[in-house]
Amino acid sequence: MADFVKIEHLSKNFGDFEALKDIDLTVKEGEKLVIIGPSGSGKSTLIRCMNYLEEPTSGTVTIEGEVLSRKNRRELAKKYSAMVFQQFNLYPHLTVLENLILAPMKLQHVSRKDAVAEAMKCLKRVGLEEKAYMYPNQLSGGQQQRVAIARALCTRQKLILFDEPTSALDPEMVQEVLNVMIELAKDNITMVVVTHEMGFARQVADRVIFLHRGQIIEEGTPEHFFTNPENDRTKEFLSKIIH
Amino acid sequence: MLKGLFDLKRWTALIEVIPENYIPGFLMTLRTALAGLLLALILGVIFGLMSTSHNKILRAISRVYVEFFQNTPLALQVVFYYSCLPILLGGTGFRMPKFILGMMGVGIYHGAYISEVIRTGIEAVPRGQSEAAQSQGFSYLQTMAWIIFPQTLKIILPPLANQALNLVKNTSALALVAGMDLMYYTDSWATSRGYFAQAYFFSALLYFIMCYPLARLARYLEIKAIRQPVAKASLRKEIEEAVS
Repeated sequence: MADFVKIEHLSKNFGDFEALKDIDLTVKEGEKLVIIGPSGSGKSTLIRCMNYLEEPTSGTVTIEGEVLSRKNRRELAKKYSAMVFQQFNLYPHLTVLENLILAPMKLQHVSRKDAVAEAMKCLKRVGLEEKAYMYPNQLSGGQQQRVAIARALCTRQKLILFDEPTSALDPEMVQEVLNVMIELAKDNITMVVVTHEMGFARQVADRVIFLHRGQIIEEGTPEHFFTNPENDRTKEFLSKIIH
Repeated sequence: MLKGLFDLKRWTALIEVIPENYIPGFLMTLRTALAGLLLALILGVIFGLMSTSHNKILRAISRVYVEFFQNTPLALQVVFYYSCLPILLGGTGFRMPKFILGMMGVGIYHGAYISEVIRTGIEAVPRGQSEAAQSQGFSYLQTMAWIIFPQTLKIILPPLANQALNLVKNTSALALVAGMDLMYYTDSWATSRGYFAQAYFFSALLYFIMCYPLARLARYLEIKAIRQPVAKASLRKEIEEAVS
């Protein structure tokens, strides 16, 4: 598999606080990478650097050979990546369908009819085609997040970034979102997922990285992580979140 | 006093001067208010956007404009445009047309308030909205046009209608510089004849006619802003066509 995202010497400071310290990380095309770590460890900052929602203090993020910069961040976002947020961030003034077709129509210049047809396919994948003409505020949190995933799907990006997609959900809605993501993982899409859902990581991840105080302190397959983690900090973290 | 108020002769005198005093004054106030509102909206959008930009200099310029014009009286500003501006512009004895003067007066003054309305309206839209737009690859202007502004509009329409209402009333500051507006005609007829009650009651009625619909509009928009839409039925047919 070819390298899809290549992160080299990435650091990010917020004032005096070092959120990320000299990170090196490569994500291969089609890989499912799960990022775990305690709160404040830099997980979200790392994933947000991959589409330049955060500007690195130093170091580079390269996507398919192109170095991300302030100048080309929109071009690259349009071309390669989509993001699913903790707080869904659906556009509340637009219906579900309109949320899905806005970017394809305005950015990829797909005709409205084709965009609608594609959007309905994506909604079907997340099991919400009957909600197409509703507004987001009429949906439950889980449904809103599934719409957000459909929105990320329907621009047909190769890379989808999930920033704690289930953390803002009521417990009974977590599984419906995870199921959609598990289903999605069967495709050749590259997925980078920040999550605390270890069951999901185990089932889907090709590789798990553990972030602590802005550094990757352990990296490996899910089996490695859940059977014999090496680092004490990793062990401690896992013992706290796996019940 | 009360005798004067119910004096039929005085009311007849008022009716006689309506065509030559009150109608031109009313029209002048209306024209000034409309042009002033347009100017205020243009300034408000420009400075409102500037005050939400990432550029410090743009934010500072906008701040100075807003603070300066919000914290000095409109009456003073109007007198300044009338008497000082021509001197600053070379002292050729040129006097600005009253209509332009009025438009500038209320336009620049309310532009500062509208700028604040627009700033708060934009800031009220959660940051996640522009992040989502950016993550999809929308540019700043595209994000503003399709994602932020439609949401802002709903929030700012009621206070904008209020600004329009205040702007109409504030055109009366023009009377200070013989602005040929409704207040000016009212004052001049009232003082020349001494029929104060008639002059001001009728003038108040004319202002009320202009302002009351705006007050109702503001209330209507307020109620509308609270209501959340449920669904858009018109999409159903389109979906059927596209899927088949």
